[in-house]
Amino acid sequence: MLYRTTGQFKTSYRTDQALFPIRQDAFLLTIILIFAWAILPFTASEFAFQTLLIPVLIYALAATGLNILTGYAGQLSLGTGAFMGVGAYACYKLITIFPEMNLLIAVLLSGVFSAGVGVLFGLPSLRIKGFYLAIATLAAQFFLVWLFEKWPWLYNYNASGAIQVPNVDIFGVAIAGPLATSQAQYYFVLGVVTLLTVITINLTRGSLGRSWKAVRDMDIAAELIGINLLKAKLMAFAVSSYIVGVAGALFVFLWRGAAEPNLFDIELSFRVLFIAIIGGLGSILGNYLGAILIVALPVILNTVPELVGLEIKSATVEHINVMIVGALIIFFLIVEPHGLARLWQLIREKLIIWPFPH
Amino acid sequence: MNELAPDSYVTDDGRTIGPAVLEMKNITLRFGGVTAIKDISFDIREGEIRAIIGPNGAGKSSMLNVINGFYHPQEGEIWFRGARRPSMKPYEVARQGIARTFQNIALFKGMSTLDNIMTGRNTMMRAGLFSQALWWGKAEREEIHHREQVEKVIDFLEIQHIRKVPVGRLPYGLQKRVELGRALAAEPKLLLLDEPMAGMNVEEKEDMSRFILDVNDEFGTTIALIEHDMGVVMDISDRVVVMDYGKKIGDGTPDDVRANPDVIDAYLGVSHD
Repeated sequence: MLYRTTGQFKTSYRTDQALFPIRQDAFLLTIILIFAWAILPFTASEFAFQTLLIPVLIYALAATGLNILTGYAGQLSLGTGAFMGVGAYACYKLITIFPEMNLLIAVLLSGVFSAGVGVLFGLPSLRIKGFYLAIATLAAQFFLVWLFEKWPWLYNYNASGAIQVPNVDIFGVAIAGPLATSQAQYYFVLGVVTLLTVITINLTRGSLGRSWKAVRDMDIAAELIGINLLKAKLMAFAVSSYIVGVAGALFVFLWRGAAEPNLFDIELSFRVLFIAIIGGLGSILGNYLGAILIVALPVILNTVPELVGLEIKSATVEHINVMIVGALIIFFLIVEPHGLARLWQLIREKLIIWPFPH
Repeated sequence: MNELAPDSYVTDDGRTIGPAVLEMKNITLRFGGVTAIKDISFDIREGEIRAIIGPNGAGKSSMLNVINGFYHPQEGEIWFRGARRPSMKPYEVARQGIARTFQNIALFKGMSTLDNIMTGRNTMMRAGLFSQALWWGKAEREEIHHREQVEKVIDFLEIQHIRKVPVGRLPYGLQKRVELGRALAAEPKLLLLDEPMAGMNVEEKEDMSRFILDVNDEFGTTIALIEHDMGVVMDISDRVVVMDYGKKIGDGTPDDVRANPDVIDAYLGVSHD
């Protein structure tokens, strides 16, 4: 009943190909957007901004980037953390070399650098597949983190070897650095994430997206119907690394405020990969659901026992968190390889006729 | 009545068969020490249905793979539409207008019927990255235009009801039909069908035969097909090539081939008395 689609006839291909052809989807999305843009920014506490809202958006963006490569084009990558690092360091260098540059432009440009690095490390994908490609991207992961450590020019010869985000403002409003308010940072991140999400949706439903999915599902057939595998795979690496790089720049500039090379360790790669897997490979919505789960879980574990009067040491919370995440991944890989997004789809299908049995 | 080109003729059922679209000249293909195809020459004429038959392991599928550029023969020349074809990658061959279906269905399982068939037209889409990213201008116009063309294919194959169903959920016969649709969507000059009726029951075979004849008749598409069902082959094809152990042992109309003693030997065995 709630999701009844009967009677929603389409009279042109344009309306049938609309972003959200089903009315209820469009309605739900509008509500979420109103919440994200108009209600949350004015009601959320400092704590909520910094531990939930901003990280969820940034992780969801990083997972979206990885999902293009792994979920849509079928190329496994374990180098996400390092590509985020490339974006972050690129943004840092841009901002320190050109202090006058608008942060938005710097963030969007820094993705170009990670896209270039991504294409370079994507070249082996033409020859190798699956696990072997994963190992090649693993090499990228370790090499890049090593480079972040050993190339002092990247962190402006800072004695600590870390990058420190300077104060940056756009039109007089402090956006990054110690002076920035969480609300301004949230709006900046939300704007960038919304823009890139729309672009990703469009790319994945167009001809480029179809060629990615064709490569993923059956690469030989894809080549025999005229898809240039080289181009399709490298485009996937480029677009994916671009988004991951932008997410990395946001990660450091709008959230962490400072970064050491080991922040971009393989652990970060795995966290983003887990978000994509738990959320659902080959789905845009899944990145958000996965990010919400992974980011909110430790917060819930930290606060809920306290509220009911239980005292748990923070180290214990950490362990429980790791155990739950591990169990969830095994659960999803076995029971629902398409993740939370698939669960939502099933619920939707049920809601079409609910509460009637037929 | 239109003037016919010098080397064209009209069949009994009124179709015009033109000059050769594809000519294979002395093709030899080896895998290491194994010779899969040995010095074979034949041509496929415009508008005809050309069958390639032969016992298992005769080299029929290898021949299709040579035609669409997946294998590169060690010797011989391939002439397509009047020009010698240089060594090409499979996707370049596809862009020249050669489409095919596969012996074991090779659909994109995660995509809907519509998307699978749309992928067949991917090579005709020209919109750039930015236009696609914004779904605006050329990208949107192209999507709508090609959707219209794809809908024609969907109507033709009578698969409207499964338009938005992921192909992984479809029964075998329909999957074969979607695969034919994907090849047709590319508007090929030459359509290669690798055992289009394998594993089908009589009714499905009749449907598929009808679609193949209609494609040939309505769009004038040249078709080359591999098939094991002799009844179907003899009924629908204009000319037949017979292969055995990588060699050509017969070539001609179905009646010629049926009467060819070498062909009878290959299929029924020969008595050595």
